[in-house]
Amino acid sequence: MKSLAELNAIKQRVQENSNNRKNASDNDIKVVIGMATCGIAAGARPVLNAFIDEVAKRKLQNVIVSQTGCIGMCKYEPIVEVFVPGQPKVTYVKVEPTMVPRIITDHIVNNNVVAEYTIK
Amino acid sequence: MIRAHILVCGGTGCTSNKSLEIIEELKKQIQEKGLSEEVQVVTTGCFGLCAKGPIMVIYPEGAFYHSVTKADVSEIIDEHIIKGRIVKRLLHVEEDTKDVVLSLNETEFLKKQVRVALRNCGVIDPENIDEYIGKDGYQAIGKILTEKMAPQDVIKIIKDSGLRGRGGAGFPTGMKWDFASRSVNDVKYVCCNADEGDPGAFMDRSVLEGDPHVVIEAMTIAGYAIGAHQGYVYIRAEYPIAVKRLGIAIKQAREYGLLGKNIMESGFDFDIDIRLGSGAFVCGEETALMTSIEGFRGEPHPRPPFPAVKGLFQKPTILNNVETYANIPQIIRNGAEWFNQMGTEKSKGTKVFALGGNIVNTGLVEIPMGTTLREVVYDIGGGIPNGRKFKAAQTGGPSGGCIPAEHIDIPIDYDNLISIGSMMGSGGLIVMDDSKCMVDIAKFFLEFTVDESCGKCTPCRIGIRRLLEMLTKVTDGTATMEDLDKMEELCYYIKDNSLCGLGQTAPNPVLSTLRYFRNEYEAHVKEKRCPAGVCKKLISYVIDPEKCKGCTLCARNCPAGAISGEVRKPHVIDKSKCVKCGVCMDNCKFGAISKK
Repeated sequence: MKSLAELNAIKQRVQENSNNRKNASDNDIKVVIGMATCGIAAGARPVLNAFIDEVAKRKLQNVIVSQTGCIGMCKYEPIVEVFVPGQPKVTYVKVEPTMVPRIITDHIVNNNVVAEYTIK
Repeated sequence: MIRAHILVCGGTGCTSNKSLEIIEELKKQIQEKGLSEEVQVVTTGCFGLCAKGPIMVIYPEGAFYHSVTKADVSEIIDEHIIKGRIVKRLLHVEEDTKDVVLSLNETEFLKKQVRVALRNCGVIDPENIDEYIGKDGYQAIGKILTEKMAPQDVIKIIKDSGLRGRGGAGFPTGMKWDFASRSVNDVKYVCCNADEGDPGAFMDRSVLEGDPHVVIEAMTIAGYAIGAHQGYVYIRAEYPIAVKRLGIAIKQAREYGLLGKNIMESGFDFDIDIRLGSGAFVCGEETALMTSIEGFRGEPHPRPPFPAVKGLFQKPTILNNVETYANIPQIIRNGAEWFNQMGTEKSKGTKVFALGGNIVNTGLVEIPMGTTLREVVYDIGGGIPNGRKFKAAQTGGPSGGCIPAEHIDIPIDYDNLISIGSMMGSGGLIVMDDSKCMVDIAKFFLEFTVDESCGKCTPCRIGIRRLLEMLTKVTDGTATMEDLDKMEELCYYIKDNSLCGLGQTAPNPVLSTLRYFRNEYEAHVKEKRCPAGVCKKLISYVIDPEKCKGCTLCARNCPAGAISGEVRKPHVIDKSKCVKCGVCMDNCKFGAISKK
């Protein structure tokens, strides 16, 4: 350890890696993926991982990626719900990993709901 | 990218409840299910709610699971980690409202707490220096060294913060550092007192187990401030986990160049070594501690000269307690004002207490100075179990005194506790319910100090022993009222004449119980009666012939063969044989046996 910069580099790396090791605050955007049997069978796990990777890549500090059980519309799985504080919940259906970057860029970063991925 | 973090307590309390087996099982199942890349298991220090251990917290949900067993692991992995469903049966339920609580922060236990010294306990992996750095670790020493702050400025921040020693006496830390920095000498030392000896106290142990790097960073800061290049942590060998983690932490700090020569290219050298104590209570006294580090038998010697002038190896030395050090880096980072806004006028900041005895939430709590004892016992501690009543709380262990129910609303700080005849002490807080005999409690602490007296000075070596004999007369019912007066006189004599803190404070439990519970002493002496029914010589067990059905259960269980009687006929206890163990009363199904 020769300088404060070196110390800060380690600090930043650790913080990025353990960003989600805290209680979610009211200001955090929550992305919840349906991970019941139906969701997992429909391919929810790669979707979950895609979200996590994308959040990490963009270093989004205020996004919590979490999972839940059956959301109830099994035929639309994998289902992803996005909760932006102060806004109504948005539900994306039949999500595939390739759709994740766009949900992150458009919706979570720029606050434009990706209407074509929602229930029609 | 890790999506879920499973934090499991690896402190002494949870470890003794097999938390390490749980961690192993978690890692095994995570591996089997192919989740190693996305789920991380972290062994942390103490979360504080030791009564509910083993404790586990899973993020990002922040779910707080308690009393977890190895058998629960597969459900946690399958339900929570894979499907994202909280395992509700393992969540905490509030004692009075029966509310189910998801996260630890929402529990009544934590709501009134402010975590400064325990900031990282239960949050980071203590065996990984990076995790400490991730929580702003080593930023304080980094700031001091790279900005080339003047040592006097460092001392000034500590002085302005109003931090007082957390080991018990409450001496202002900044002043201690100032004295040592003014002593002119090429060689100076920084020592850390981790010889936590009070029965029932485990704050320092938990800090070292949960956040060892904070002590290393703080000692380095102290070394810079007073001009020392070597530090020693004196820790008792009975704390194996703390010793191990501190050793790992020192090694990692050296590898990172945060200890050793030329730290952060500043030209400042500092290193730390561990010295193990063998558990003598007197070695927590500063002069005895230093004598022990030097390799001699741990005996105190008179002050002055104070350690700041002539301490370890006859060189200027500062000795601070673990919890004191745990506050230092944050004070440097956040400023003196941040710290002195917490607490009361003369006692700044927070204090960690080890809550034990007759209390629901046994564990580790950190409260701002000025919090009342009532809040600690009832709001944080969850009250007294089994529907019993609060009788008194002992602070300061064998050196302190009791706080009776009439003073339960007193705001806890150094000066208030002294004014009611107790003391802050290092932070053991033992709660006693109405089943406890206060004379017996005083006797318990005195037996401890008699055992632990080093024997160097007469008032302590012989005085406390005589005092214990007098107390034993009281509990045996053979004392006279004159003995009570003599006891009090002897207490003051021992206090005034003993060489070190051990003897000077040893009579405190007697004095404070005499002050607040004199009626109990008098009941023992005048009426030959122990009001709480504890002192064996003064109680007897009797069988009510009306209620006794002659089931013979008591007679079969009596270890002394003191109970006789025919089947289906009332039994009797032979008082000459009875050892008063109470087994008969516990076993009687008809409530026929009572204690008098």
